[in-house]
Amino acid sequence: MTQKVMLQVQDLSKTFTLHTQGGATLPVFDGVNLAVEAGQCIALTGASGAGKSTLLRSLYANYRPTSGQVFIRHRDVIVNLIGAEPRIQLEIRRETIGYVSQFLRVIPRIPAEEIIAEAAVAGGMDDAEALEAARALLQRLNLPERLWSVPPATFSGGERQRVNIARGLIRSFPILLLDEPTASLDAENRNVAVALIMEAKAKGAAIVAICHDETVRAEIADAVFDVSLFQAAA
Amino acid sequence: MSDAPLLQAEGVSHTYAGGQVGCVDVGFTLYPGEVLGIVGESGSGKSTLLSCLSGALPPSEGRVRFAGQGQGMQDVFQLSEPERRLLMRTDWGIVHQNPRDGLHMSVSAGGNIGERLMAVGARHYGDIRSEALDWLGRVEIDAERVDDLPRTFSGGMQQRTQIARILVSQPRLVFMDEPTGGLDVSVQARLLDLLRGLVRDLGVAAVVVTHDLAVVRLLSDRLMVMRQGRVVESGLTDQVLDDPQHPYSQLLVSSVLQA
Amino acid sequence: MSALQPAGSGAQFHSIDGVYNFAYLDEQTKRMIRRALLKALAIPGYQVPFGGREMPVAYGWGTGGMQVTASILGVDDVLKVIDQGSDDTTNAVSIRRFFNRTAGVPVTEATTEATVIQTRHRIPEKTLREDQVIVYQVPMPEPLRKLEPRETETRKMHAFAEYGLMQVKLYEDISRHGEITTTYDYPVEVNARYMMAPSPIPKFDNPKMHAMPALQLFGAGREKRIYAIPPYTKVRSLDFNDYPFEPQQFDDPCALCDAKGVFLDEVILDDKGNHMFVCSDSDHCRDRRAEGHMGPRAREAAEKGYGADQ
Repeated sequence: MTQKVMLQVQDLSKTFTLHTQGGATLPVFDGVNLAVEAGQCIALTGASGAGKSTLLRSLYANYRPTSGQVFIRHRDVIVNLIGAEPRIQLEIRRETIGYVSQFLRVIPRIPAEEIIAEAAVAGGMDDAEALEAARALLQRLNLPERLWSVPPATFSGGERQRVNIARGLIRSFPILLLDEPTASLDAENRNVAVALIMEAKAKGAAIVAICHDETVRAEIADAVFDVSLFQAAA
Repeated sequence: MSDAPLLQAEGVSHTYAGGQVGCVDVGFTLYPGEVLGIVGESGSGKSTLLSCLSGALPPSEGRVRFAGQGQGMQDVFQLSEPERRLLMRTDWGIVHQNPRDGLHMSVSAGGNIGERLMAVGARHYGDIRSEALDWLGRVEIDAERVDDLPRTFSGGMQQRTQIARILVSQPRLVFMDEPTGGLDVSVQARLLDLLRGLVRDLGVAAVVVTHDLAVVRLLSDRLMVMRQGRVVESGLTDQVLDDPQHPYSQLLVSSVLQA
Repeated sequence: MSALQPAGSGAQFHSIDGVYNFAYLDEQTKRMIRRALLKALAIPGYQVPFGGREMPVAYGWGTGGMQVTASILGVDDVLKVIDQGSDDTTNAVSIRRFFNRTAGVPVTEATTEATVIQTRHRIPEKTLREDQVIVYQVPMPEPLRKLEPRETETRKMHAFAEYGLMQVKLYEDISRHGEITTTYDYPVEVNARYMMAPSPIPKFDNPKMHAMPALQLFGAGREKRIYAIPPYTKVRSLDFNDYPFEPQQFDDPCALCDAKGVFLDEVILDDKGNHMFVCSDSDHCRDRRAEGHMGPRAREAAEKGYGADQ
């Protein structure tokens, strides 16, 4: 891995085995190779079901690949995320890879601003600073102030998405995984989100994004990666 | 989280007299601040495993080692009984499913919380009391209840008193056995939030045994799935729940009713 | 006034009711009890089980104390027996007469003349000497019993010095009543190690146990336990740093002998509610009056022309 490469996927394959369906297998992709440099954004493309989300989740150790490696530059050392000790995987998630998912897994009863502040605190910011930073981001994302101290369970899709984005981008992760970051956002908020992503990129983040909105994709991505090219044989 | 392990299980097995299998060949390493969830249905061996890990039941085979203060890893069952008892009262805590097992029901809430302090030599009434009051606040129990007996508390309050009682000695490792079992759903939720917050704020490592996947989803970083005494799958919690590999894990995850 | 009586003949003693071994117990039993006493002295405050014998007195009436006394009594000893500080209460008289009959040892009411003092519920006011032994009658030797009913657990608590529960009990007292409410049988820590029940002496007497020059022996007959405190041993009453142990205080001196700083008993004088407070230690009071001290009541009586001993 050259000095600038932050994330290197090597020969990654994923096939789901559904034991509850009599052992039916669901192959997704096979032999994926991908390298992402600092300050670079790669957009994953491909038809629905091609495995974009699956690939992204595999890069976060949320899905377990069937075979292959995911090399991460973590604390200036190359670590294979796959097969690393849980402790190291958790460390990588805490320090190196940020994830903005499409669906906010709702942690019940925690107010929006606290969800975001938590993420900053986990990265070493002190409580008061983190809360301020969280509010500043929510302000920028145009989330009405009356919602800041409310748990997101009752939010609309777009409101939740903004909480998601804030949570993922409040810290300067070296690697960012974005799954449809601008889905459910109106034009104005989409622009804010794009600005935030570009700022992260400028700070050197290596970004892998899924973005079906072609305009946004054009703005943030330096290259595209077509996952369907690696479609696994059934 | 530091690099030195906190708790290490190696080949832990326990078979009860009469041949009934409790748990078989369980091994893992737990680091400071990590929360490990152990899920399984009745008969999975998770309760037996918890008993072995928490020093209550010597395993038939294998070892449980703990990083003592300023010492290396020590085999928990090689410690002398007073050393083990002291460990269980200071550096460890066990949150029992039934608060009656973890509280003196005829001692006031303040007395219960202060007990661990008094057990290791605290001799200033005022200090003990103010610490008890502080902890009542942290577990969201009204300070006015400090002199009330736990038998006048609701189930959720009893459970929170139990938690305060343990955390007051600043343990580095807490074992929880179905911490929300038997509580009303809304009470469960509040308790889980509290546990989650406390565990994170204090950097306590924990082993949480439960049959409830929602509990481990919320509380634990890592997860082990047990079936018939064995660990069938282990990994990060979200990975095991979102992409279960083992047939039994898949069955378990798919069986959970989504609200 | 002392009442020395002639010493008995020795090993066998013929009493009115028959022939008994000296001091009632057989020599083997006495040796067994003395072995237990030695062990108890080697581990101050630790409860040593012993094979208690049947005594001609029911449990709860001092059988433990009597067995200890019987085992250490020799022909040259002088015995004093008190109950609630007084030599002339029924039980004290009864036990003193028992040893007089079965051992024939001299008996006395004067603390200074006794070599062995058996007591229930008080320690004499006069400081005891190195050549004296005080034997306490103990109903419940286990200080933790009320908090932890299981013997298996209390044994472990003593073995591992896990005494937090007693401290919790004191905490509960203060939180409920504003002070530690135990007034007798107040738990102590002996030699900085074992927690001990000092027997139902008032907490007023606890400080006397600390560094006492005399030997202190404790016998519990029903529970079959013996414990001991060697001379000059550290005995500390449990408390909190901010709620320190305080013995009882009395506002008035003894009505008869004017003694201050001694434990007083309340004596009801008539059915109109009149009462007076007098020394619990009857020997001490008698001595002081003999020296000429007069308390308020005594002075009143003298002014009215009555005798000093009212």
